[in-house]
Amino acid sequence: MSSLALVNKKDPLVRIARRDSIAKPKALIIRLIAIVISLIVCALIIFAITKVNPLKVYESMFKGAFGTKGKTWNTVRDTMMLLCIAIGLAPAFKMKFWNIGAEGQILVGGIATAACMIYLKSLPPVLLFICMVVASVIAGALWGILPAVFKAKWNTNETLFTLMMNYVALQLTSFFVALWENPYGSNKVGIINPQNHEGWFPSIFGEQYVLNVIIVMVLTVGMFIYLKYTKQGYELSVVGDSENTAKYAGISVKKVIIRTMIISGAICGLSGFITVSGASHTISTSTAGGKGFTAIIVCWLAKFNTFTMIAISALIIFLQQGAIQIASEFNLNNDVANMITGIILFFILGSEFFINYRLIFRKADKGVK
Amino acid sequence: MDNNVAVRMENITKAFGTKVVANKNVTLDIRKGEILALLGENGSGKTTLMNMLSGIYFPDSGRIFVDGKEVSIHSPKDAYSLGIGMIHQHFKLVDVFTATENVALGMDKKITGRRNKIAKDVQEICDRYGFDVKPDQKVYNMSVSQKQTLEIVKALYRGAELLILDEPTAVLTPQESDKLFSILRTMKEEGKSVILITHKLNEVLSVSDRVSILRKGEYIDTVETKDATAESLTEMMVGKKVILDIDRPEVENKQKRIEIKNLSCVNKYGVKALDDVSFDIYGGEILGIAGISGSGQKHLLESIAGLQETEEGSSVKYYEPETGKEEQLIGKTPMQIRQQGVALSFVPEDRLGMGLVGTMGMSDNMMLRSYKNGFLFTDRKSPKDLAIKVKDDLGVITPNIQTPVRKLSGGNVQKVLVGREIASNPKVLLTAYAVRGLDINTSYTIYGLLNEQKKKGVAVVYVGEDLDVLLALCDRIAVLCSGKLNGVVDARTTTKEEVGLLMTNLREDGDNNE
Repeated sequence: MSSLALVNKKDPLVRIARRDSIAKPKALIIRLIAIVISLIVCALIIFAITKVNPLKVYESMFKGAFGTKGKTWNTVRDTMMLLCIAIGLAPAFKMKFWNIGAEGQILVGGIATAACMIYLKSLPPVLLFICMVVASVIAGALWGILPAVFKAKWNTNETLFTLMMNYVALQLTSFFVALWENPYGSNKVGIINPQNHEGWFPSIFGEQYVLNVIIVMVLTVGMFIYLKYTKQGYELSVVGDSENTAKYAGISVKKVIIRTMIISGAICGLSGFITVSGASHTISTSTAGGKGFTAIIVCWLAKFNTFTMIAISALIIFLQQGAIQIASEFNLNNDVANMITGIILFFILGSEFFINYRLIFRKADKGVK
Repeated sequence: MDNNVAVRMENITKAFGTKVVANKNVTLDIRKGEILALLGENGSGKTTLMNMLSGIYFPDSGRIFVDGKEVSIHSPKDAYSLGIGMIHQHFKLVDVFTATENVALGMDKKITGRRNKIAKDVQEICDRYGFDVKPDQKVYNMSVSQKQTLEIVKALYRGAELLILDEPTAVLTPQESDKLFSILRTMKEEGKSVILITHKLNEVLSVSDRVSILRKGEYIDTVETKDATAESLTEMMVGKKVILDIDRPEVENKQKRIEIKNLSCVNKYGVKALDDVSFDIYGGEILGIAGISGSGQKHLLESIAGLQETEEGSSVKYYEPETGKEEQLIGKTPMQIRQQGVALSFVPEDRLGMGLVGTMGMSDNMMLRSYKNGFLFTDRKSPKDLAIKVKDDLGVITPNIQTPVRKLSGGNVQKVLVGREIASNPKVLLTAYAVRGLDINTSYTIYGLLNEQKKKGVAVVYVGEDLDVLLALCDRIAVLCSGKLNGVVDARTTTKEEVGLLMTNLREDGDNNE
């Protein structure tokens, strides 16, 4: 037992210890501090690069998201979209089924909706709505069930499978865009039914996006209850934690995987419906626009709590809207905007560490003899 | 300071969070050339204390001396440089690496490159101690005992003078354990020190020189093994007198419950795991299943519970206790069998792998049995009540019933599992290694619970590894040998030698239906 010289006799400077629990307000304070620090870091970087007053930048970010009534509603609309997708992903990810195919599920839901709007516009509005909902749900569910069946039967890798399904959906969208091209030669579908607005979400209280909010809020509450209080929700969390335990408890793992992915795909399909019928009134290959991936962050940050997802979706959309605004107002390019978003997300994710662990610093008197 | 002391831990305290104090003012001496047993119940702080020697944890207060000099151990690397190596319960090996590569891993880069040199050294260590490990063998091809040996090789290669083993025999057969002990004795003769963390009294008494006892994180005493008895050690460990006799009530109302005929199945490699096994299980008795580990115990229980596909011609008939109606269980799903009242309390090597959901609390784990009740929504009240009952009855130590069970100690996890199975009011209770890893007190609680079930007329199947317990607790013992039933003996009249012989020597004529 030699080589004592190698070992430093002092206590370590900082030690990391796991917290056994943390009071809710304390956790909230840590998160808020993280956001404040991230804003300060962003400000320093903005100033270093552009010499623009960071406060002005933040102000214009805020204006970008909430500056006018229209902008506020756009922020709300996009928040609802992101939230809806995150809700759709929640059961799959809770089951540890890595569904990164939301993009594709949104697109096929969108295609189904657009098809109804184009071919069934003579139906009475209520019937048309039912058709659109059913068609988009079925399309999304179909996109979800395929990887699930393959996973259940042959244990294929769902990450690759759902990812590849995205490209199939993308090609399919290109095909339909070409098919429904309007005007001819533009390579765009254009606004569907611009005259009589068949299949468009009706305005409620004179506002265009109220129905979006209502549908997504119902889903938020519904999914919260589904995950937390129903048998199926219980089953999928057991499968997510240990397939062996699930089998032992008599849960049919295959059935749960397939059923959960039907639900997950269906809700993502439905968000395609909300996008096409309730927001853009058109379809293109950028209809999903990466939201299917952003929603994964929302889902994990919220730890599958759909109410927490509201706040996180809102934050991310706020950052995005604000970023677009500053990009145009200060002649910065989009990368600076993305950088700000990235820095803020980094700090939020980093704050989780301080919520789960605490640091113990070396006491000054120790190690001195 | 005594020259003979290799390592001294002085007034060591370690707390986790604010509530759990794992070690409180513990002082411990380890001499050169001795085997020191560190004895204590589950959760008494044995592993935590040793983790502070091996650099996994850092003490909140207290001092550590190696060879009389105060040291501060920040990492396992520091520990190794001081000649301290620890073999953990969960092996820290890379499956796809060879033995040599695992030894090289984490060493200085200059050394890592010299693969052949390391392989030679590994071979040399193996030859010296008679280890059954080849340098180029991949870890995934190794048996549990070989993996453990490799961990020891790793420690020796790095020049460990003090070897700490955390419950090394929990995963070994009796034969493998004996081999390990003889290795430890050789190391002792070479002047190395060994600390053996355990709660098995027979091991303590047979291999150690001295015993240090911890209870609830506090140091109780150190005694010379030759002056100790099983009773005196138990008393110090538990804090009160414990009667070490297992109760065995007489069998009443023996009633045929399950009839197994020509049961065969294959394991995942297509090799026969069970070969034409036939016997009966009766209500009102405890049937022991003995055998060297991997003789088909797991497959037998899983076949009865519907978790294992069986070969053509296999039959497991269940007789309803009240009506005597017979029911073929083969071909039914686990859920259908469960509804017949056949409860399976299977405790595998990895306790959390099957039977419990690690991320859920006790309450939600209780629900695994009952969640199907009611319409659409789960009933949360009764599992919660059950969780509280199990916690109180079996003395489960947990901050609260919502704490994820993976955060509990191994023994407590097992209590949760066994407690739930018994609470489901089974007609047949299948248990595998129900007391594995449990301390004496809890083990006796479990034996008591099984006896209670037996008195209620439940058919209890007890797959065990400790022959002394099997002989004391069971009414009959069925012995498996390489997937065949090698005999069923009366536990009241048989001897350890007879059962041991049946476990290892397959009878030529075969015993059943041939």
